[in-house]
Amino acid sequence: MSKKPTAGLTRRSVIKGMGAVAGAAAGAGAITGFPAIHAAEPITLRYLGTAVNQSADIAKKCLEDTGIKIEYIPVTTDDVSRRVITQPNSFDVVDSEYFQLKKLIPSGNLLGIDAKKIKNADNITPVFTKGELPNGKKIGDQGTAPKKVFWLEGSAGTKFASSPSGYITLIPTTYNADTLGIRPDLIKRPIESWKELLNPEFKGKASILNIPSIGIMDAAMVIEAMGEYTYPDKGNMTKEEIDRTMKVLTEAKQAGQFRAFWKDFNESVNLMVSGETVIQSMWSPAVTAVRSKGVPCVYQPLKEGYRAWAAGFGLPKTLAGKKADAAYEFINWFLDGWAGAYLNRQGYYSAVLSSAKAKMEPYEWAFWMEGQPAAQDIKAPDGTLLEKAGSVRDGGSYDARMGGVACWNAVMDENDYMVRKWNQFIAA
Amino acid sequence: MAATQDSPLEQGPLAWLQALPLALIFGVFFVVPLVLTVIVSVWNYDEYQIIPDITSRNYVEAFEGCLSQLPALCTTLKTYATTLRISITVWAITLVLGFAVAYFLAFHVRSQTMQMALFLVCTIPFWTSNVIRMISWIPLLGRNGLVNQTLEGAGLIGSPIEWLLFSEFSVILAFVHLYTLFMIVPIFNSMMRIDRALIEAAYDAGASGWQTLWNIIVPLTKPGIVIGSIFVITIVMGDFITIGVMGGQQIASAGKLINTHMGALQFPPAAAHAVILLATVLVIIWGLTRILDIRKEL
Repeated sequence: MSKKPTAGLTRRSVIKGMGAVAGAAAGAGAITGFPAIHAAEPITLRYLGTAVNQSADIAKKCLEDTGIKIEYIPVTTDDVSRRVITQPNSFDVVDSEYFQLKKLIPSGNLLGIDAKKIKNADNITPVFTKGELPNGKKIGDQGTAPKKVFWLEGSAGTKFASSPSGYITLIPTTYNADTLGIRPDLIKRPIESWKELLNPEFKGKASILNIPSIGIMDAAMVIEAMGEYTYPDKGNMTKEEIDRTMKVLTEAKQAGQFRAFWKDFNESVNLMVSGETVIQSMWSPAVTAVRSKGVPCVYQPLKEGYRAWAAGFGLPKTLAGKKADAAYEFINWFLDGWAGAYLNRQGYYSAVLSSAKAKMEPYEWAFWMEGQPAAQDIKAPDGTLLEKAGSVRDGGSYDARMGGVACWNAVMDENDYMVRKWNQFIAA
Repeated sequence: MAATQDSPLEQGPLAWLQALPLALIFGVFFVVPLVLTVIVSVWNYDEYQIIPDITSRNYVEAFEGCLSQLPALCTTLKTYATTLRISITVWAITLVLGFAVAYFLAFHVRSQTMQMALFLVCTIPFWTSNVIRMISWIPLLGRNGLVNQTLEGAGLIGSPIEWLLFSEFSVILAFVHLYTLFMIVPIFNSMMRIDRALIEAAYDAGASGWQTLWNIIVPLTKPGIVIGSIFVITIVMGDFITIGVMGGQQIASAGKLINTHMGALQFPPAAAHAVILLATVLVIIWGLTRILDIRKEL
């Protein structure tokens, strides 16, 4: 690395530190120096989110199409919420998960996004707006289902609206249905139920996610599958239900069921690739990553259904003027299809299906969204081979996967109690 | 810094000025954050905000069940029992290793050039980040790792040894690897200050090798041992990354308790646990300095 960019970065971060929005724009503009391409001075949007969603390709394409420069601020899931609550003027667009909204919205730091300014607002999939598939089938709404937190009472509201109010909390970017990842070559028999996660057959070879609010929901899926208890709402347990769930988890931990817990995407990939675990909760792109290393791995659909999650763009209430216009322009560009097609090719789902479909090849759409066998080799956006011709996506079509959702990532009312119980579980 | 015989008060404004930078750094980066942590630890909170309000809630919840569950241990006591067990084991191993290495460097290597060269060799692992040094153990110790493959290949074991990784063993191994140098440096430093004439005198007086070691070298190396011990114990007590990665996130540590609360945006209970950890570590250091007054010895 030469010294010059470092000096530029330092200066930029110093200016940013002062919190002067105009200052940051001017500073960044001076560094990028593309005044010749666009007549108006380029606007930089600071995009806060986790690294998984921050693709350099999307930023590059956005700059080409709109002249808006995206400056990524990659942090962990926890830090996204922390910054929204404590430093709302340190970003211009935030990519957060819907389940965090129960913490973020009451802080008053996020703006209700004006639906009238979002061109594709009416085309956003009904999974978010109504909790149903495009074909009208209702899907599971336990936990923080997006439809429960989609609308805000007003532009500066701190309460969720139960019916369309014209002000949106987050504009969906990506979402997916999560399940267990397995190593079929090491398990050598069909896996059909969540209860297999705690099956003593896999003693010392199982793993769960070490994010308390998500880990406990996976455990709840297991307990329901074992037929021990049926939760009214797995995403919002009572204290007794938390105790019951943690007791089952604790017994499994003490019996040596778990090899390790993972928190980071790469940890989950390494556990699976090295054969330390053969069955574990996993994220879809992690399964792809394991396969791309030549190791067989299946994102196994299970009869009890999926645990879904969804992320979207929020705007800080401090956003105003040109920056606000640029943020709306960026979101409109994002929903316009190119980015959606890009995300669909990674195994995520995009918010506006029609626009993404227009930007995908028919065989790609058939493989990723319709669950049909690949007519030709399926490649990732960067060109690496993902699936050979003839293979079928795990879990099948969009309707089959999203239609099979049982619950959504959530923050419980008893979150505080649950976190203490989680610490007790780790110490047990 | 020049040694001062008079108190700064009598030295006039210049001495105050000289002490100012350090005092400012200490104030801004140490005292202020510490005071804030203590203050926040008695504040209340809900899902998304800290409420300035004096409450014992965070401490009460931290010690929830500690009396009523006896003789079973509550979360906090169990966590500290694990943390202390790991700390003491790591301390004992690094002490023996660090002392042996420092002794070899100080008394067996004759030329000063060689001494310095070997001392620098000890620091080579520190050229990479400690996260890398820690993570590089994983492919070695895993179920299908190098150690298990070698042992299986040699026909010594039938099935892989599971406790090599994601266990207290791997945690302790990583800590010893990471922090033995913190023991070597101060002990080596103390040993280099020992007047060689004392050892010759002991030899002349007929002391055996062990007697010299126990009666001359160990007592004179005490300051180094105590400083090294403080380094190792405070680092291990507050660690959560090494315990997390090498223990497969299944082993509790005081740092992990704090981390879990921070992750859930619960700053006040995290601050309360930080204060409890600080108090525990201070008691340990107080105990160590009772054994030896470091300031007098330096």
